[in-house]
Amino acid sequence: MTSILGISAFYHDSAAALVRDGEIVAAAQEERFTRKKHDAGYPYHAVEYVLEEAGLRFSDVDHVAFYDKPFLKFERLLETYVAFAPRGFNSFRVAMPVWLKEKLFQKSMLIRNLSKHDGGFEDKDRLLFAEHHFSHAASAFYPSGFDEALVLTLDGVGEWATGTVAIGRGNDLKIIKELRFPHSIGLLYSAFTYYIGFKVNSGEYKVMGLAPYGEPRFKDLILDKLVDVKPDGSFRLDQSYFNYCTGLTMTNSRFAALFGEPVRNPESARLTQFHMDIAASIQAVTEEIVLKMCRSLASEYSMSNLCLAGGVALNCVANGKLVRDGCFENVWVQPAAGDAGGAVGVALAVWHDELKNGRSVSGTQDSMKGSYLGPSFSQPEIESRLSGCGAVFEVLKPQDMISQTARALADGKAVGWFQGRMEFGPRALGGRSILGDPRSPDMQRTLNLKVKYRESFRPFAPSVLREHVSDWFECGIDSPYMLLVADVCDEHRKEMTPDQEQLFGIEKLNVPRSAVPAVTHVDFSARLQTVHQDTNPLYHELISAFHALSGCPMVVNTSFNVRGEPIVCTPEDAFNCFMGTDIEWLAIGNCILRKEHQDLSLREDYTAKYELD
Amino acid sequence: MSFIAELWKFLGVRKKFWLLPILLMMVLLGGLLVLSQGSAVAPFIYTLF
Repeated sequence: MTSILGISAFYHDSAAALVRDGEIVAAAQEERFTRKKHDAGYPYHAVEYVLEEAGLRFSDVDHVAFYDKPFLKFERLLETYVAFAPRGFNSFRVAMPVWLKEKLFQKSMLIRNLSKHDGGFEDKDRLLFAEHHFSHAASAFYPSGFDEALVLTLDGVGEWATGTVAIGRGNDLKIIKELRFPHSIGLLYSAFTYYIGFKVNSGEYKVMGLAPYGEPRFKDLILDKLVDVKPDGSFRLDQSYFNYCTGLTMTNSRFAALFGEPVRNPESARLTQFHMDIAASIQAVTEEIVLKMCRSLASEYSMSNLCLAGGVALNCVANGKLVRDGCFENVWVQPAAGDAGGAVGVALAVWHDELKNGRSVSGTQDSMKGSYLGPSFSQPEIESRLSGCGAVFEVLKPQDMISQTARALADGKAVGWFQGRMEFGPRALGGRSILGDPRSPDMQRTLNLKVKYRESFRPFAPSVLREHVSDWFECGIDSPYMLLVADVCDEHRKEMTPDQEQLFGIEKLNVPRSAVPAVTHVDFSARLQTVHQDTNPLYHELISAFHALSGCPMVVNTSFNVRGEPIVCTPEDAFNCFMGTDIEWLAIGNCILRKEHQDLSLREDYTAKYELD
Repeated sequence: MSFIAELWKFLGVRKKFWLLPILLMMVLLGGLLVLSQGSAVAPFIYTLF
């Protein structure tokens, strides 16, 4: 039996994964344990958890694999400074101390941290490193159900690569092309995220959510001045508009002058139609680049399967367009497409690529286990933990827990849902979720403002029973990881009146666009999660019970956290979030908590507890 | 010591010995920067480094 520990750390979204004989046993992000969003530190707690889940001591682990190569990254950094000298001195001044004190010695730092686990870490040959994009590619290909596939990875930057194309066959995976820094679609998107005034590396979702409220009127300008896109989708960025190579911001004054407004200050400046148009424009450019790349790859390699990973693969709007385009018959996206997923990728890469172990695939089912790879809690443990934090709860039979929770949903309550193993990756998929009734016209606003404490424009996703997905959405395929966007079917749409048509941007938020307005974006789109009986039977049962009550086979699903908070991990985290927000009903295991029964002195002020993201 | 050996090997594999003088200069300059300030905190930007 061979156990491999994969680690992603020291940049953002640290995580650990454990693979045993090729099977992904457990994976988790460090932020869930430390409660620090995008925690970049060594994932001590995540490592401890995956070992515990696998029933191993650290000394039992055969190989430890790290998801990128620090020296290569340092090489890129030095060569960039040389290329731009003396302009990059400001950035150099900040970067060098970080590198000379820590990052250059990452291997020793890693060994030092690994030694803190039981059993120590003596045999340094057990430690392996893979390139960043190879880890991404491995995370996309090996868990996919395909025996043969093209693999596309796109993100900000790894060592040198910002995007790669690989071919996977059986257990063999080879990168055949790459795009290199500073030409990066991820950094381009992040530059616009910064320009709109959102936090780089976490506000990209907001840009995507804002885009449908705007018109892509700057698309041609972007393509004309900033990005030179070739017919095969490869591109070059005009660096005279960006500052990330030499400065400490993403864009410069020339960039602002091009669009005619300064960078938005999130503290003082409101989001206007201009920002929505900017968001729509960069989204349109991103989609065009991704589609051009994929069409060109499909015609060049004549392969029918495509796997995606890297932060850009979390752009579910672009993914949806890619699927509808049909240039590939099958598309599979790694649910933890960001850097956290590198932990799974590098561990699988050791098993298949380094140790040359074969791979058997089903052709349909992936091996991510629905991404439910995190901690779970037994019923007695839940009860004891809830009692420990002063919660008032009742314990029901499983059937009653389902039926009463479905009833609470149908009554319009905001429901906290904490069941089974925690999800790996940025999406809550029915393990740590806040649920609501999608038919309610007020649900989106209520959940955004009173539960999540975030901007009212941000859309919610539906969790829909797989067997009913095509009755409601223009989508006939699986989307278990909420990584595809599809439109609501015509018969469920509500057209706008001439008066409503006159509304601009965010004013359209209040206009119900379908029979399920809480999950229908202004352009009739919805970010789908299909719920499957085999991967999450309890969640499937809950939605089925809600369906029986309401005739609606879906619920609103958003992650169980407030803005800027990592998704809850333990029953205590869930109880604190429940108490700090307007969630009215909480189902943890077979325990039900009603807000009106709780001691309100336990309420924590959650409105300002976490930073804006 | 093993760090220097690894770095040397890395430069050999990558055929980047031309980086060595630049590396030394930068390490010296960077060393001065490290000595002149207390903490090493990565700034708020996309984590390019």
